[in-house]
Amino acid sequence: MLRIKSIHTYYKKIRALSNVSLSVRENEVVALIGANGAGKSTLLNAISGLIPVSRGDIFFKNKKLNGLKPEEIVNLGISQVPEGRQIFQPMTVKENLELGAYVRFKKREKKEIAEDFDRIYQLFPILREREDQVSGTLSGGEQQMLAIGRALMARPRLLLLDEPSMGLAPKVVTTILKTIENLRRNGLTILLVEQNARAALKVADRGYVIETGRIMLEGDSEDLLVDNDVRRSYLGKDYEKFYE
Amino acid sequence: MIKLLSSSKWKQLILFTVAVLLIPQILPSDYYFLILNIIALNAIVVLGLNLLIGFAGQISLGHAAFYGLGAYISGILTASYGWPIFLSIPVAVLTTAIVGLLVGIPTLKLEGHYLVMATLGFNIIVSIILVQWDAMTGGPSGLAGIPYLKAFSISIDSDRKFYYLVWAVLGVLFCLSLNLIDSRVGRALRAIGEDPISASALGIPVERYKVGIFVVSALYAAVAGSLYAHYVTFISPKTFDFFYSIEVVTMVVVGGIGSLWSGLAGAAILTMLPEILEIVKEYNVLVYGAVLMAVLVFFPEGLLPGIKKLWQKRQGQVHE
Ligand SMILES: Nc1ncnc2c1ncn2[C@@H]1O[C@H](COP(=O)(O)OP(=O)(O)OP(=O)(O)O)[C@@H](O)[C@H]1O
Ligand SMILES: [Mg+2]
Repeated sequence: MLRIKSIHTYYKKIRALSNVSLSVRENEVVALIGANGAGKSTLLNAISGLIPVSRGDIFFKNKKLNGLKPEEIVNLGISQVPEGRQIFQPMTVKENLELGAYVRFKKREKKEIAEDFDRIYQLFPILREREDQVSGTLSGGEQQMLAIGRALMARPRLLLLDEPSMGLAPKVVTTILKTIENLRRNGLTILLVEQNARAALKVADRGYVIETGRIMLEGDSEDLLVDNDVRRSYLGKDYEKFYE
Repeated sequence: MIKLLSSSKWKQLILFTVAVLLIPQILPSDYYFLILNIIALNAIVVLGLNLLIGFAGQISLGHAAFYGLGAYISGILTASYGWPIFLSIPVAVLTTAIVGLLVGIPTLKLEGHYLVMATLGFNIIVSIILVQWDAMTGGPSGLAGIPYLKAFSISIDSDRKFYYLVWAVLGVLFCLSLNLIDSRVGRALRAIGEDPISASALGIPVERYKVGIFVVSALYAAVAGSLYAHYVTFISPKTFDFFYSIEVVTMVVVGGIGSLWSGLAGAAILTMLPEILEIVKEYNVLVYGAVLMAVLVFFPEGLLPGIKKLWQKRQGQVHE
């Protein structure tokens, strides 16, 4: 479904991604794990068209994404849930979700959009209760749910999730992971970026490990979970955090 | 279209209309109409600018130029070429909108200070043209002999008559703007003002919106400018230099960014303030500055939202 072929990206002159290749098949959950500054968000932003790719190609369902505008990419069926949630804080929950459906109003899908509101409120009942509340007053977990709900309102085929577990309590993380499994069961394809490698690999079919802008390792989740390098550099960290 | 307005908005608008109709009955002298008319003209410019600054988050220091283009184009077409006003005003407004588009496309790619500088630069260029292009604009001494507006053979040649016209135009534009910000387009604009990158990640065409709202705000300024020209019948370049641009931005900020009613309040207060300060004569600039500073220090969100908050606080205390 998504094929990335040896792309390079730069911020000014600094290379943030070098020779990155990655693929996601239909209805797969793929995890991308790596430390701070490894280039995970950069990769998602390159897919979404928010930053330009200077070399290499990105294909989505055999269509080349290079050079397309972000709105064209959303229209093709790729939505991103950005890092740190990035909901529109002064706006209400409902307004945020309506903005998520922005690309679809053009297509006169009024009825379908109303159904999607229902679907998302079933997925996250708390959002229905908070519908008219200013979203900046939601808790961190609720904001993350809203960010996911907002992305789903565009009815994507591929969902890009950037560190959905960041700063959330273990219980909330579990809810989010359950949601991811749930969404996949309903036919969605997901590329999941995480520092929380254990959590990510638990729900993913396959995983990639990225370090300083390069893919260092790839494989099935079970294999990565027992891989010595991965354990030392990423899973070990979880324990450290745990004891702190 | 009007159905879109919520009931609370209706109440506010009815109150507004009643006030506009009542005020003339109680005003002691025609001098006050002059001030009220200037308030309305400023409020029209502020209305458009508020959409640009308060909602889309883009600052312009060039709107005096659009105000001036509206005034000069309609003025020249009627005074020098004998066009009828019902043609000259639409042509002036449309031409200005096109200029807005041509200025907006390159400048809105810029951000923050650069956008401010670019629009300021545009304003200065227009000012220079108005002064230098003597043959067309009348140069620094101005353009005279602009005809009064006419509505159904009634010449709008007094402050009192113009009052009804300009406040009606403001009212209509105000309703249109209220509808705009409550729509899907308005939500998209607010999203852009909030965080343009997130907005574009949702599929909102950010550039197009920024340019679009810039053109709308230029258009509002041009409407005000052309009405102004046919009201005072004499215009000169000084009215349209960048000091006026700063003045209208100040009205937006002092009134309260991001609420149309606050913008109206800002326009009213800052238009009247210099008149009130006539009492303190030679100190008026000083006091004017002090008042502005006080507002920004004590009501950083703007005057109207600040007062509202204070009021709610008091109400709260009363209930305790
Ligand atoms: N806008 C930018 N301008 C310049 N450099 C940037 C920019 N954004 C990211 N970088 C750099 O690119 C590299 C990769 O950043 P990126 O945000 O992709 O990391 P990440 O893997 O998402 O990290 P984190 O887990 O902390 O979110 C970093 O070295 C970062 O400093
Ligand atoms: Mg990141």
